Amino acid sequence: MSASKLAGTAHLGGTVSQAPRLSGRRVAILVALILIYGVIPIVGNDYWLNSLIIPTIVMGLAGLGLNLLMGYAGLISLGSAAFMATGAFATFNLLLRLPILPLPVVLILAGLIAGLGGLIFGLPSLRIRGFYLSAPTLAAQFFLTWLFQTYHWFSNNSMSLVISAPRLEFFGYDLSSSRGRYLLVALTAGLLLLLAFAIIKSRIGRDWMAIRDMEVAASVTGVPIARRKLQAYVVSSFFLGVAGALWAFAYLGTADSNTFSLDKSFQVLFIVLIGGSASLLGNFVGAAFIVLTPIVLDILVPVLGLDTYIDQGSIANIEPIIFGALIIFLLIKEPDGLASLFSRTIRALSIWPLRR
Amino acid sequence: MRIKRSLQTLAGVLAAASVGLSLAPAHAADHANEQLYPLFSYRTGPYAPAGIPQWGGIRDYFNYINSHGGIDGVKVLVQECETAYTLERAFECYERYKHGYQGAQVAALFDTSSGFDATISDEARADKLPVVSVAGGREDAVDGAVFPYQFPVLFDYWTESSIVINYIAKQLGGLDKLKGQKIATVYHDSGYGRDTIEPLAILAKKYGFIDIEIPVPDPGEQQQAQWQQIKQQGVNWVFLRAWGVMTPVAIKTAARVGFPSDHIIGDIWSGSEEDVKPAGSAAIGYKAVTVFPSGSNFAISQTLKKEIIDPGKSDLRDTSKFGSVYYNAGLVSAIIYSEVIHTGHEKFGNRPLTPAEGQWALEHLNITPERVAALGATGLLSPLKLTPEDHEGEPSAKIQQWDGHHWNVLTGWLNGDRALFHDAIFAKAAAYAKQKNLPPRPTLTN
Repeated sequence: MSASKLAGTAHLGGTVSQAPRLSGRRVAILVALILIYGVIPIVGNDYWLNSLIIPTIVMGLAGLGLNLLMGYAGLISLGSAAFMATGAFATFNLLLRLPILPLPVVLILAGLIAGLGGLIFGLPSLRIRGFYLSAPTLAAQFFLTWLFQTYHWFSNNSMSLVISAPRLEFFGYDLSSSRGRYLLVALTAGLLLLLAFAIIKSRIGRDWMAIRDMEVAASVTGVPIARRKLQAYVVSSFFLGVAGALWAFAYLGTADSNTFSLDKSFQVLFIVLIGGSASLLGNFVGAAFIVLTPIVLDILVPVLGLDTYIDQGSIANIEPIIFGALIIFLLIKEPDGLASLFSRTIRALSIWPLRR
Repeated sequence: MRIKRSLQTLAGVLAAASVGLSLAPAHAADHANEQLYPLFSYRTGPYAPAGIPQWGGIRDYFNYINSHGGIDGVKVLVQECETAYTLERAFECYERYKHGYQGAQVAALFDTSSGFDATISDEARADKLPVVSVAGGREDAVDGAVFPYQFPVLFDYWTESSIVINYIAKQLGGLDKLKGQKIATVYHDSGYGRDTIEPLAILAKKYGFIDIEIPVPDPGEQQQAQWQQIKQQGVNWVFLRAWGVMTPVAIKTAARVGFPSDHIIGDIWSGSEEDVKPAGSAAIGYKAVTVFPSGSNFAISQTLKKEIIDPGKSDLRDTSKFGSVYYNAGLVSAIIYSEVIHTGHEKFGNRPLTPAEGQWALEHLNITPERVAALGATGLLSPLKLTPEDHEGEPSAKIQQWDGHHWNVLTGWLNGDRALFHDAIFAKAAAYAKQKNLPPRPTLTN
């Protein structure tokens, strides 16, 4: 698929529809590309890149992985973080034990290993449906983190079980600066976004949506249900695995299995719900909301001078309350997620001068 | 209509967000004459009960210092940053405050979690920012030649292991009686908890006791299986390396399976009032190592009570926590910090210090017994002397026992067998230097 064709049909929502051929859209995508790969790495300082942008992109990528499974194929998973952990530990061991492999190959292999995990824990989906399916994926969450914690081989017998990035370089170019890590993350996310786009536009993606909308009908029309479901788990886990590797080594610089706890799985789930189910770019919007809102709230307090009126203890507890209230408010106001809000905004803006 | 309202909402959210973020690294120099103390707090999350009294101790002490003009005339600006005890939030706080806040500089960053301390090494080295961990942090950082910017001051978990084993030996009647004893370490499964696996293996080899290591997954609200295992294997003593909610759950579960509470010896982070009170009567007889003695009879505590607590200026909501182990831990951190800044002032003059000057001050810190007395902290703080080679000082601790109402100190300051681990620790630091390909530190002189 050529880039121009992609650009012509790219849209925020994921439904199979004929996108209007807006030249403005191409311009917007071009501007976005220049911003993401040209401007941000130059103007972004350590704080913005390290603390805000990198985690947002990586969590957005994780959301994308789960969204393929949940939003497109209609399957449930509560084990997202376990597959992220698989990707992280696989990357660590590949970099450590096979030093000849270049970083991109390692990331792909790590994704494939996570995909294998997804295949195994996706098997029950052939027999179990609906909410019951959350049980085996929850098992994946607990089993995989237990595995990495119990067998010290996975962390190279380091007693602390903390894995730290042995080397982060690409063709001799050192990626350990915040700029280098940002470019690594942004490029990986860009490529995987294209891949996700290609998948959902392909036969596989259409079959997933058919299964999601009505499994019996899909099966009657000849969709290979079992194969497609397993493919959904493998592809989803692949994305999650790469995201986990980036989370551990491009963001934190270290990880242990506590990093990928059940909390993280729920975070990924919220990103999908808030960003918008069955949407690609929505995941990054959702991730921005989940990652940045608590930080914004924390920063707003001294900026608004609230800390002189209220004691720190109350502030620290009010922040998560506001965060939770915001999530509820958003889900009531925008049940389709922030992605639908954005696409409606863009549509409203495109007809805006003509409205009155 | 709906679109319009959504747009308004969105605009509001975006405006608030951009205001917040754009003002974050503000360069206004409102606080240029103050010294920044970034406090990476956790007032929410599972570890909040252990955190809140510590932040109270820290803030109250600085409040007191500032009301008397500051440290040698330099006021301390405490900026709190909530982490909920997660690594991600702590990293964000680190990036937010590493270059200071509105003109106030960071001279030394006192961190608040062993996990963060272990993982910030590379960043701190790159930013040349001294990171101090009071009675915690990564063990190998005592080697200042490999870790010029990390300071695990006052105490470490390796020495603690040795103190605990020595104490058990004393109860049995000699080190030779340890042979064949089953000593289980029930640890919080994190970098902090796993830190004692290595020293206990060394000690077990030396004294011939059977070392049983039992991990408890974070946060440790469920420990039935672990304590059943302890009972089944006929364990004689338990070294409890818990943290937060894990401690009271461990004590209660031990009582349920019938393990005697006076044969459990807790870690320094498992020995506060918050750790034993929730366990009720099950905790009577429970012992713990402590470097932060509880109580409010120290001279400095009395001053604080008069000037901060009684007039209602304390950060504590619940002033019954005044004088608790965690409150005093915060107090000890704040006193050490003030002494670091004071040491720097003696060399560089009475003004806010830079990170480089903070590092110098840390490596030349010498809190003598006389100085401890002058600070009114005799009995609260053990004397502390750091050098460029030794970033820890002489670690020492006491063993205390809970009687249902108070902690009673059973021993004097115990030193443990630090020499036994010296080679292992420095070998670890050397291995780290080799793995990271670090050049040797050029000069270790003034």
